[in-house]
Amino acid sequence: EALVLNDPDFQHEDLNFLSRSQRYEQAIRKSSLMVMKLREYGIADPEEIYWFKSFVHRGRPEPLDLHLGMFLPTLLTQATPEQQDRFFMPAWNLEIIGTYAQTEMGHGTHLRGLETTATYDPATQEFILNSPTVTSIKWWPGGLGKTSNHAIVLAQLYTQGQCKGLHAFIVPIRQLGTHEPLPGITVGDIGPKFGYDEMDNGYLKMDNFRIPRENMLMKYAQVEPDGTYVKPLSDKLTYGTMVFIRSLIVGDSARSLSRACTIAIRYSAVRHQSELKPGEPEPQILDYQTQQYKLFPLLATAYAFHFVGAYIKDTYRRISGDINEGDLSELPELHALTAGLKAFTSWTANAGIEECRMACGGHGYSRCSGIPDIYVTFTPSCTYEGENTVMMLQTARFLVKSYTQVSSGQRVTGMVSYLNDLSRQRIQPQHVAARTVTVRINDPVSLVEAYKARAARLVEAAAKNLQAELNHRKSKEDAWNRTSVDLVRASEAHCHYVIVKLFTAKLSEISNAAVRAVLTELCLLYALYGISKNTGDFLQAGILTDAQITQVNQRVKELLAIIRRNAVALVDSFDFHDVHLGSVLGRYDGNVYENMFEWAKKSPLNKTEVHESFHKHLKPMQAKL
Amino acid sequence: VNPDLANERQTASFSVEKLTALLDGGAEQTRLRRAVVEAIERDPVFSRENQYFQSQNERYEAAVRKAVHLQKKMHEMGWSQDGPESKYIYRAVAGDIAFLLHRIFMRSISVLGSDEQIAKWIPPASQYRLIGSYAQTELGHGTYLQGLETTAVFDVTTQEFILNTPKVSAMKWWPGDMGRSATHTVVFAQLYIHGKCYGIHPFIVQIRSLQDHSLCPGIIAGDIGPKMNFEHIDNGYLMLQNVRVPRENMLNKFCEVQPDGTYVRRGSQKINYFTMTSVRISLISGEAVTPLMKACTIAIRYSAVRRQSKLKPGEQEAKILDYQTQQEKLLPQLAAAYAFHFIDDYLQEVFDRGYGEIQRKNFDTLPELHALSSGFKATVTQYCTSGVEICLRACGGHGYSLLSGLPSLYTKIIASCIYEGENTILLLQTARFLVKSFMAASTGQSVPPSVTYLAAAKPRKCPAKNKLDFLSPDIYTEAYQHMAVRLISSTAAKLQDLIQSGVKKHDAWNRCTVQLAQAAKAHCHYITVKNFAETVEKLESKAGIQKIMKHLCDLFALHGIFSNAGVFLHDGYISGAQMDMVTASYLDLLAIVRKDAVPLVDAFDFTDKSLNSALGCYDGQVYQRLYEWARKSPTNKQISPAYEKYLKPLLHNTLSKL
Repeated sequence: EALVLNDPDFQHEDLNFLSRSQRYEQAIRKSSLMVMKLREYGIADPEEIYWFKSFVHRGRPEPLDLHLGMFLPTLLTQATPEQQDRFFMPAWNLEIIGTYAQTEMGHGTHLRGLETTATYDPATQEFILNSPTVTSIKWWPGGLGKTSNHAIVLAQLYTQGQCKGLHAFIVPIRQLGTHEPLPGITVGDIGPKFGYDEMDNGYLKMDNFRIPRENMLMKYAQVEPDGTYVKPLSDKLTYGTMVFIRSLIVGDSARSLSRACTIAIRYSAVRHQSELKPGEPEPQILDYQTQQYKLFPLLATAYAFHFVGAYIKDTYRRISGDINEGDLSELPELHALTAGLKAFTSWTANAGIEECRMACGGHGYSRCSGIPDIYVTFTPSCTYEGENTVMMLQTARFLVKSYTQVSSGQRVTGMVSYLNDLSRQRIQPQHVAARTVTVRINDPVSLVEAYKARAARLVEAAAKNLQAELNHRKSKEDAWNRTSVDLVRASEAHCHYVIVKLFTAKLSEISNAAVRAVLTELCLLYALYGISKNTGDFLQAGILTDAQITQVNQRVKELLAIIRRNAVALVDSFDFHDVHLGSVLGRYDGNVYENMFEWAKKSPLNKTEVHESFHKHLKPMQAKL
Repeated sequence: VNPDLANERQTASFSVEKLTALLDGGAEQTRLRRAVVEAIERDPVFSRENQYFQSQNERYEAAVRKAVHLQKKMHEMGWSQDGPESKYIYRAVAGDIAFLLHRIFMRSISVLGSDEQIAKWIPPASQYRLIGSYAQTELGHGTYLQGLETTAVFDVTTQEFILNTPKVSAMKWWPGDMGRSATHTVVFAQLYIHGKCYGIHPFIVQIRSLQDHSLCPGIIAGDIGPKMNFEHIDNGYLMLQNVRVPRENMLNKFCEVQPDGTYVRRGSQKINYFTMTSVRISLISGEAVTPLMKACTIAIRYSAVRRQSKLKPGEQEAKILDYQTQQEKLLPQLAAAYAFHFIDDYLQEVFDRGYGEIQRKNFDTLPELHALSSGFKATVTQYCTSGVEICLRACGGHGYSLLSGLPSLYTKIIASCIYEGENTILLLQTARFLVKSFMAASTGQSVPPSVTYLAAAKPRKCPAKNKLDFLSPDIYTEAYQHMAVRLISSTAAKLQDLIQSGVKKHDAWNRCTVQLAQAAKAHCHYITVKNFAETVEKLESKAGIQKIMKHLCDLFALHGIFSNAGVFLHDGYISGAQMDMVTASYLDLLAIVRKDAVPLVDAFDFTDKSLNSALGCYDGQVYQRLYEWARKSPTNKQISPAYEKYLKPLLHNTLSKL
């Protein structure tokens, strides 16, 4: 960290004052430098590279992300040894800069719908790549617009007149040396976005562009010189990468929300406004109950997501050992769980960041608060790597499947094992809802049970509604669509349960008593706030009574007052450096107003005392009127 | 036109043109609006096509150019400042124009100034011989006005006020048009005479030279830097160092400082209070509901064009609008846009009536008007903001491109949750009124019309027997009413309890604020539902309009119950079984409204230029347009400078040396 922060080469003007093109240029400059410094310092461990990178770019995207994060890893996992010999070292040395071109203008998460074609020509032993329609133009890949000279392109493979589905091809797109697009390639930047200014997300159109047969990544599927197609062995393996990337997003949700909380809570401790008691000085806005109610549940959420992210990473690490030995049994559940948790955490964090910004009033809206930037950088994660609603439905598919297994007498394991209890109850002629859980609202373990009961009820309700639709209608797909709102709710309840469970489980691992005490308060707040926001579910299922709900609401407010004392310390523990936080409002030293003024003076509109538009427009108008 | 959209329009169950006329308040209004929009959009100076590619400096310059050109245009067209065209002009330029604060400057002089002051300042201001701003908010204080720290000390010897910014947090911060454009501004400052503070008063202060536009002595002013949006506006800061203005520059309709320093109050400030209140109402339509309507138009048209994945094997890929989850995101927002359009009509009417009363010196309605304006400003801006965001996220990756138009709609509308009163604080103001009214009603006193329901006797259980019962406005309106009464009365009771148990009043209030805000929202939600139902009832049944509006009203109401189930279930007013009926009815409605979704957004009648979106155009040629537009991006006009400077050395030789 200090290595980067103290390096004068990585300093530059505040990004907020730069145009898109300047931001891109800065990012490229820093990336180039970074690669050289990494080599200079001999940093090669992926974890260390990750940290180095995140400090160089202060957690922001950069044009080489896709090269480092997708192009190189894909070569490693999907290229044959010969292909690795040809491409890997040049790519490692950045003679080849690559990107990963999957998403098209017309299709994103639904991969089978991609339209780009790669047709094998046995006469020349080449693939002919085409973008047959406007919708098939590759759209969004990072680093594609201006930076890359190669791309891994996903296309529908046609050989011997048959479509064999999606496959990956290494496609050179720019001339080495001049960086001009190759004949048959149309490539460019897709224009301004909500955020990601430093990233050249690009488009790519191919017209009868030919590449040698050896450029198809052939570790698994193969096309032989005569055009014969050889199928891959298993398709579950691709799950692994997806689980890994989605687990990163869960971690990113925690981090982004933590940053926003840090800014909002520190600022709320510095800002004084209005009066609570007549005659007394204006109080810190953090002392208002409404402000605490906005921020502290988010603080608790940030901690909860942090533990969930760590859990997924550990689990993934544990079972990737099994995967290498060919044991894929745990993968489906983890895959289903991470899909849902990716959606749940990114949705929550997305809304939470905005809450934090609005809790900072007008100044939150200024870019100097840093929160607008956190938001626009984070919010696409609700869409990329699997659109959230689609992710929730994937989790639901797994839940319904598990439910069906339980109904047919099998037992299920893992996080869904609570569904086993449903069958036990069915022996008694009683709805799951009627089951009495004695909930103790000050005991996290007991609250986990309440969330479990809620998840069980909503999974059962969704599964039953699905069955009812199936009984009424012919098509499975139609029934699924008509139940999808229920299914998403079931998935949400399941994810919520998992998070409360993991947070609670974490508490017992903490040895320091003071830390355990404060995290227990946060865990309780997280669980109780979740109940108070979803009282309908708990009431309707009979898990909690009206009186208990009133107690829950009351307890939430008591906890706010308790957490208030430690609020600043709790965000300090996230340990974000001011430079990394990038916020005037969230400064560690709290000297907010002086620094806002200093910051504003640097704004581009202030470069001249009298703006040129005065001479161009105002003055002539005043003369005329 | 994309056939997918054409099909949607052919099956409309109602006349789009008739619905448009209803929204505009008559076919004649529609005609006038279209004429104004047409005149402005035809003029290339007002084009917004390149807006997404421009820097802050370029946006600002364009806004000034447009504002200047608009004066010419209005003169040419014979439009006057307060003619019937004016509200459509703002819609047509989509707010992307400078000098909006100049108007506030003029209005504040008209409202707060004496006749002499009006005669002195208004004529030059309307001819733009000076440009005004309105400097209230400071670095350290916003909604809480009494906390402002700028000072104005009266100097009897020179008959001047000396204005000062005593510390950094007292610097004026945020006022529009002040960073670069304004020559004058109305500064709000604490008035001191002979060492005594008389509170906040308005002063006209010149800040820039009328000759060369340089800053006046003692003035430090500039732009506050980049924001989430409003890049075309030069929101500014202002620091005053012993700036002297003549005694006559204090706006003195309501109070005056006489030459010897005697402070005199005159007339009632209440009319002024009314003006502030009505500003909150006036922003609901243009700043909150219109953006939501635009976002719905973009997202729903795009969802009818975008095909993704298959619903049934062997068939074509389905429109994403056919997915229940997509309907569940978008259609409630569409219903809300209509609900809020009608509530805006209602509020305008209430305020017009209130204004009449006030002219007759009857100020009895003021507390109610204040509560309504605060509560609805907060609930509508909040709801519309989250609605726009839902639309943004419902457009997948392409929604994230600025060319979709959605990010800029979003970043602009979110500011409305803060300006003209921070929403949480406004809700608490409404809550104060509700608690008071509830106390009055429970002791049998008369209360204003919007809260008489607090006194009425009600059933304790929802009488619905099956899911169709929940399509009855009586049933769901009563449910909302019951919920609002319960939240208000229980919070009032808790407040009472705390106070009786010896807790200090303000402390008790702070401890109840979370519930108080919730109660205020419930009150506004109830009135919105009730008003929607009553509006539908009054519509003529011709041309299918009443029928489709009834569906939207049902959808709005049931969506609210579905997504706030807990508060309806809490005391058993709605039972668990009934809640399942609500859900079933609600989901059925999605499929019904789905059929008319595209015609329902067509009826908003936005031109392609005003949407400024590659995804939302009328003809649905989404992909073609996105591609053509992206190619015009400045990033594609030149070979990137970064290539020569950094990439080339990287790609070629540098690394081999390592």
